[in-house]
Amino acid sequence: MMTLTIDGKQVQVEGGATILDAAKQLDIEIPTLCYHPAIEPYSACRVCLVQIIEGDRSHLAASCSYPAEEGLVVRTDSSEVLEARKMVVELLLARAPKAEKIRELAAKMGVEKPRFPVDENGDDCILCGLCVRACEEVVGKSVVNFINRGAEREVTTAFGEPSEECITCGACALVCPTECIKIEEADQIRHSDMQLGPPKAIYVPFAQAVPNVPVIDTESCIHSQTEQCKICEKFCEPEAITFDTEEKERELDVGAIILATGYKPFDPARVPQYGYGRLPNVISGLEFEIMSNASGPTGGSIVLQDGSSPKSVGILHCVGSRDENNNPYCSRVCCMYAMKFAHLVREKLHDAQVYELYIDVRAFGKGYEEFYQRVLSEDVIFIRGKGAEVTEVAEKPEEEGKLVIKCEDTLLAELRRLPVDMVILAVGLEPQADAEDVAHTFSLSCTDDGFFLEQHPKLAPVSTSSDGLMIAGACQSPKDIPDSVAQGAAAAAEALSLIDAGRVEIEPITSVIDEELCAGCKTCIELCPYTAIEFDEEEKISKVTEVLCKGCGTCVAACPSGAAQQRGFSDKQILAELEGALLVQVS
Amino acid sequence: MADDAFEPRIVGFLCRWCSYQGADLAGVSRMKYPPNVIPIRVMCSGRVDPSFVLKAFADGADGVLICGCHPGDCHYQKGNYNVMRRIPLLHALLDQFGIDRARVRLEWVSASEGARFGQVVSEITETVRSLGPLNWARQVHTEEEVLAP
Repeated sequence: MMTLTIDGKQVQVEGGATILDAAKQLDIEIPTLCYHPAIEPYSACRVCLVQIIEGDRSHLAASCSYPAEEGLVVRTDSSEVLEARKMVVELLLARAPKAEKIRELAAKMGVEKPRFPVDENGDDCILCGLCVRACEEVVGKSVVNFINRGAEREVTTAFGEPSEECITCGACALVCPTECIKIEEADQIRHSDMQLGPPKAIYVPFAQAVPNVPVIDTESCIHSQTEQCKICEKFCEPEAITFDTEEKERELDVGAIILATGYKPFDPARVPQYGYGRLPNVISGLEFEIMSNASGPTGGSIVLQDGSSPKSVGILHCVGSRDENNNPYCSRVCCMYAMKFAHLVREKLHDAQVYELYIDVRAFGKGYEEFYQRVLSEDVIFIRGKGAEVTEVAEKPEEEGKLVIKCEDTLLAELRRLPVDMVILAVGLEPQADAEDVAHTFSLSCTDDGFFLEQHPKLAPVSTSSDGLMIAGACQSPKDIPDSVAQGAAAAAEALSLIDAGRVEIEPITSVIDEELCAGCKTCIELCPYTAIEFDEEEKISKVTEVLCKGCGTCVAACPSGAAQQRGFSDKQILAELEGALLVQVS
Repeated sequence: MADDAFEPRIVGFLCRWCSYQGADLAGVSRMKYPPNVIPIRVMCSGRVDPSFVLKAFADGADGVLICGCHPGDCHYQKGNYNVMRRIPLLHALLDQFGIDRARVRLEWVSASEGARFGQVVSEITETVRSLGPLNWARQVHTEEEVLAP
């Protein structure tokens, strides 16, 4: 530890600390431009100059790199320091007149118009080297560096060409004090690439996230790509960040299981007549939802691929639903969300024309019909007729450069062509891609449409045929948020009542396998729909897990040796029934 | 009606969740159908062992009706698929015995199909009536009979 004096105040610092670090401890403000706490100092900008006093001699030094020494005497507020800093800022202002940070410093120090020739058309780069150091030290890529010397010195990539090494992490743009480095979209806006949430590698997913802590997106995280950076770990005071965690498998002993595995949106590429993926500005419902979100990639603006606002939007209902070529069922939520989109477009783009192409309007819930009436009053044009095709081929001058929706307006009994700028496909809901595998894992059945089978569609919508296994939400059938929440509560209540009882009632008519007779053929094991029979590897026989057995008797009928018998319905008992029914004469 | 007119004796294996309840519904609804089927309740049509059918014949039945839940609706997921596989094999076996396979019939009757149960019972009763009594003893020979010169 060393003790030094800054502006008459004493401060103790550890070895390796700079004067800037010591001043920070004393809350003495020293301006910086080319300094960043996570990067090695370079002392390029000279704004952090301080005066070091040794006896009756003194000299100026850059505090960001000058090492603290025992007994050092420093002044940050002397006239020499302030005059020097003023000159530095004046020079910088002449070089980078548009830079916000430099203008602020100039205003604070009382620097007005620089006496030097001002470079109005320059790129504002002050050669501070932060981008160079960040890319090299933090990211480990060294994409940009200094070239030339003196007046020709500049920062650029190798040979001035776009670098293949650049991972577009944005570190250079982030640290640049004059904002002369910008990240730009090279291509057009791609609706299908839009994601919700800030585009950082470490971020809180959204304001209401539970738990409300940041997560690291390993795809954009620099460390996962270059093994370097880890700045977040360095800066986290409670040391809550670690890069060493690995996936772990855990075994849990539970009394009840609730499956709430959700749904997958219908892929509109499966209805190629609408041009999704082929025509520009044909987007799916979820993509529109992401774009219109205020914390989304466009800040909530509705934009076409070229960045402009659409003047007309067509919203097609029943994409993939009520369709014998895809899903015959109704996905329940799409009419409402399609009308929500119409409402949003009318709200954000006052002059936009919005068309809703529907088969039926299903506004079944509380307040839903009233919302439909409201959307009608907002001059949204409702056309009763499923969209037949979306095409770019224009037949009239007003269709040039637009998407044309072809449909039959069944109320007017006319075929219509609607030229629009954007087409939104109100896609339906499907079971998750792995729903069958999940069902198989839990010995659950699926209905024809692939959603999980409930015990009874009216009387037991969240139970399944296996006691203790409940389903809730869209995995059982397409539904909206209020219904999903209600089912979640119902499933939780059922689980609670089950585990709260402390005991489970099981069927007495279970199957039992005679260990003497069982030959270990395993025929019964494959047949059991409840995986209630296990093969004992040591004894080489099959055994029934009583608590899982539901008493169907399938294994008993299949058992070749008669080892498996069902309590109450054994072979002996049934054969005796037959004798009693047929042989005993009753007059 | 002649006293010695042949009345078929048919054993019906009914699954507890669908067909037995369907039969119950027929009764509760006071439907009229022939009384020739003797119901034997099992938990699932998958419990029905083909040997039960042969035992029924051996004990004097002229026909056997097996009823279960409709495919896809089995209370125990897929028990009815098992009986669906066993009965064709049994039919092939009966052909070898020289027993008309129309005497053994597999039907799907759900718990709400009371009328259908009555219908099925009527049909199999008439079928077996026209086939005549099975007379198992006539079918099955003793060892002496087989070896007799």
